Amino acid sequence: MVLSKTSSQTDVSVHSTFASRYVRASLPRFKMPEESIPKEAAFQIINDELMLDGNPRLNLASFVTTWMEPECDKLIMSAINKNYVDMDEYPVTTELQNRCVNMIAHLFNAPLGDSETAVGVGTVGSSEAIMLAGLAFKRRWQNKRRAEGKPIDKPNIVTGANVQVCWEKFARYFEVELKEVKLRDGYYVMDPEKAVEMVDENTICVAAILGSTLNGEFEDVKLLNDLLTKKNSETGWDTPIHVDAASGGFIAPFIYPELEWDFRLPLVKSINVSGHKYGLVYAGIGWVIWRSKEDLPEELIFHINYLGADQPTFTLNFSKGSSQVIAQYYQLIRLGYEGYRNVMENCRDNMIVLKDGLEKTGRFNIVSKDDGVPLVAFSLKDNHSFNEFQISDLLRRFGWIVPAYTMPPDAQHVTVLRVVIREDFSRTLAERLVLDIQKVVHELELLPPRAVAEQHNEVGTNGRVVVCKKSELETQREITDVWKKFVSMRKKNNEKMSGVC
Amino acid sequence: MALSPRVREPENREQLCCTFASRYVRDSVPKFTMPEKSIPKDAAYQIINDELMLDGAPRLNLASFVTTWMEPEVDKLIMASLNKNYVDMDEYPVTTELQNRCVNMIAHLFNAPIGEDETAVGVGTVGSSEAIMLAGLAFKRKWQIKRKSEGKPYDKPNIVTGANVQVCWEKFARYFEVELKEVKLSEGCYVMDPKKAVELVDENTICVAAILGSTLTGEFEDVKLLNELLTEKNKETGWDTPIHVDAASGGFIAPFLSPDLVWDFRLPLVKSINVSGHKYGLVYPGVGWVVWRSKDDLPDDLVFHINYLGTDQPTFTLNFSKGSSQIIAQYYQFIRLGFEGYKNIMENCMENARILKEGIERTGRFNILSKDVGVPVVAMSLKDSSQHTVFEISDHLRRFGWIVPAYSMPPDVQHVAVLRVVIREDFSRSLAERLMSDIEKVVQLLDILPSPLPLKAANVSTIANDSDHHHKVKKSEMEIQAEVLEFWKRLVDGRRTGAC
Repeated sequence: MVLSKTSSQTDVSVHSTFASRYVRASLPRFKMPEESIPKEAAFQIINDELMLDGNPRLNLASFVTTWMEPECDKLIMSAINKNYVDMDEYPVTTELQNRCVNMIAHLFNAPLGDSETAVGVGTVGSSEAIMLAGLAFKRRWQNKRRAEGKPIDKPNIVTGANVQVCWEKFARYFEVELKEVKLRDGYYVMDPEKAVEMVDENTICVAAILGSTLNGEFEDVKLLNDLLTKKNSETGWDTPIHVDAASGGFIAPFIYPELEWDFRLPLVKSINVSGHKYGLVYAGIGWVIWRSKEDLPEELIFHINYLGADQPTFTLNFSKGSSQVIAQYYQLIRLGYEGYRNVMENCRDNMIVLKDGLEKTGRFNIVSKDDGVPLVAFSLKDNHSFNEFQISDLLRRFGWIVPAYTMPPDAQHVTVLRVVIREDFSRTLAERLVLDIQKVVHELELLPPRAVAEQHNEVGTNGRVVVCKKSELETQREITDVWKKFVSMRKKNNEKMSGVC
Repeated sequence: MALSPRVREPENREQLCCTFASRYVRDSVPKFTMPEKSIPKDAAYQIINDELMLDGAPRLNLASFVTTWMEPEVDKLIMASLNKNYVDMDEYPVTTELQNRCVNMIAHLFNAPIGEDETAVGVGTVGSSEAIMLAGLAFKRKWQIKRKSEGKPYDKPNIVTGANVQVCWEKFARYFEVELKEVKLSEGCYVMDPKKAVELVDENTICVAAILGSTLTGEFEDVKLLNELLTEKNKETGWDTPIHVDAASGGFIAPFLSPDLVWDFRLPLVKSINVSGHKYGLVYPGVGWVVWRSKDDLPDDLVFHINYLGTDQPTFTLNFSKGSSQIIAQYYQFIRLGFEGYKNIMENCMENARILKEGIERTGRFNILSKDVGVPVVAMSLKDSSQHTVFEISDHLRRFGWIVPAYSMPPDVQHVAVLRVVIREDFSRSLAERLMSDIEKVVQLLDILPSPLPLKAANVSTIANDSDHHHKVKKSEMEIQAEVLEFWKRLVDGRRTGAC
């Protein structure tokens, strides 16, 4: 009698992935599973879940690069297993970082002699870059004060209230007081005069932003430099400037070369820029450059005997991937000055297209300037019937991710929508977005005015008309009725039913 | 007369030329300033690719614990998530969810005291450096709050570790202005001695850091003993000093190979643990994890709630924007391998380490400093380093393609120099055997070469107390070089070159 064998349970290469028990059973969420599963199943499971993430290229909230040429992908994948910090083992990769640092330093007009190498380092992002720059300022200030016999326990830093959160992190983690210059209606960046007023003997530096997160504006670093030079000559405090050029550092040199904001100004001692914003590299790389060796205290630099060789290191992170550094070098030599200029001019042109389209609707105030980071920040002229947060919500239906947020103090009553124009946001996409915004506004007009009194988390009140609160059920019913009417109207007119996915 | 039309030059001639014939690769690549013009993408790719050929081969880099190989399926996932900025939690909720799952899995792996419905407290970082800084910051802040409420001074915090700590602890100490009190090593004891550590604890100590998997020899420190001694001292003094376990390497080894070893949250004084996902978590460089025992161990004022791009996001990391690929890769490894898979891989690594160790012992020239229980590394020193040193062996091994580092131990055992081979997942048995035979070749080669002692005095700055020098006449540099050259010539004529 022949004993028939059943196909073995573990012989899953015979089964198709979606028929196997691995995708039918629920995945453990909080504990490691006991057994292994085949790699195809693992890949498929994760791939499928990730389909529900937003589409990076339609994420108009972020400055961070979402597209690179396929040639670069090849370089990235082949460098993915190189631990950047093994400088001795991967000397070429280290050399590429040094070249990038030097190129960026020259781009920022660092006062380097012909054979001098620049002082700077690649980081994981502008957050790390800012912390390193801040640490250098703090240490220099402490050394100076100690030499003068003065107290060193209350360092502070002067910035605008529009700073990105990493400055607040730096202040809190490294125990430096943050003195913020408040904004005001119509003026959404740091006012240099007010900033200089706030400078005292404990100020380790004044941080100016080239490309404010909120509306893309460039702060007037030259004016700050002039005013601070005057104050320094009066007080003898020698307070320096740091320029947070996270977004603007790869824009200003190409399309606004006459704008003086960098090392051409004598008080600017360090600059940080995000390689992964307009440096056109995927997320995970930033740069910080110091004016000269004197601006980076030697005691912060570690010389270590790691894995057998001497390695000088001044970063917060140690082991990390090498791919982004190589990708940055690729972009710098692939595009060159001309290429970057073309890309930035293109972004700027698309920004104008979007801005004009929005202005033509007649519903929006444009809060962003033409000069600055290519983005369009706009708010509703009339937000009594519906607000920017609702527009942001409804735009998601079309696939667009357009954030809405309130300004920091003292302009909390202003809410804006912001669209960032990246390299891969083409003119056709811009025109499409305008159309979709018009659709959304149209829909919102048909809804009953302010049925829902609840808002997203905002700081402070926004001075709007208060509608008497209905019960949740009533509200839902009302909205459903309106939608029913809306849908039947559309069917009648034979319009297309669904928007872009 | 027919006018024969001239062939018009195509606009972009470069496309006709093959890459290596174009002017782009013939001209020197700009090094210090950005080039003015763009170049075609193929040329850019080729130029960089060619230069990078001269980097070391990652998989032959036996110096590093960091993963150098993953399955091709992961590469697909990595490529697909390259353009996702991890910090956009609102836009990429699934990616954020995957991070949370990883944190919970790791917390359970470390026996964190979490209830059924509770979620673990922890975060993904770029590596153990960031993880350690976050953990240290939490300890520092807790200690400051406690001291302030007691009305005592809080300007001189310190941390107690062994002298064998990895450099990121020294960085933490220097950047965050905490004093580092190091327990010196002693001959034969290359990790932190718990007794001496507890002696060093004072009222300003924010925590004691124990290492599970010392960088130097792979040894696990005795966290259980440390816990007991520290509990006793805490009772006497009332200081309540906690423990942090730096399990950068060991965190993904001990639970699988030595589940009975008590080192994690099962010990009550352990308040936070960090582990490198990119070491034995088997992920490419760029991910680490830190887990806290409970919410109380992470002061709330360190956690930022921000209105970034429109929604509330709680964040406690030093880095903000970063790639998502490694987090997804870590989750892949967890569900792909599971407990059983990790155990198999670690057992395999230990087995290969044992084979290498035995092979090296058989040469009769080396002392083995690494232990059998610990991270799968083989650390060895020469029995007799009067003629040649491990640094020379390391140099010669490069010729065969191997990168095996040599380094001297920290104080007070600076006179001991070791070679260290790290056994990773992708270091197979055949590679181990090959390495053994290459080490034997090098050792035999060194028997023939003269001992370059004056050169050694010049190059090797870290070996102290070399007393063999004083009776040798110092030769001039030229003489030495000529001698060495002579020998090499004789050598090369006599035999063929080895493998590259």
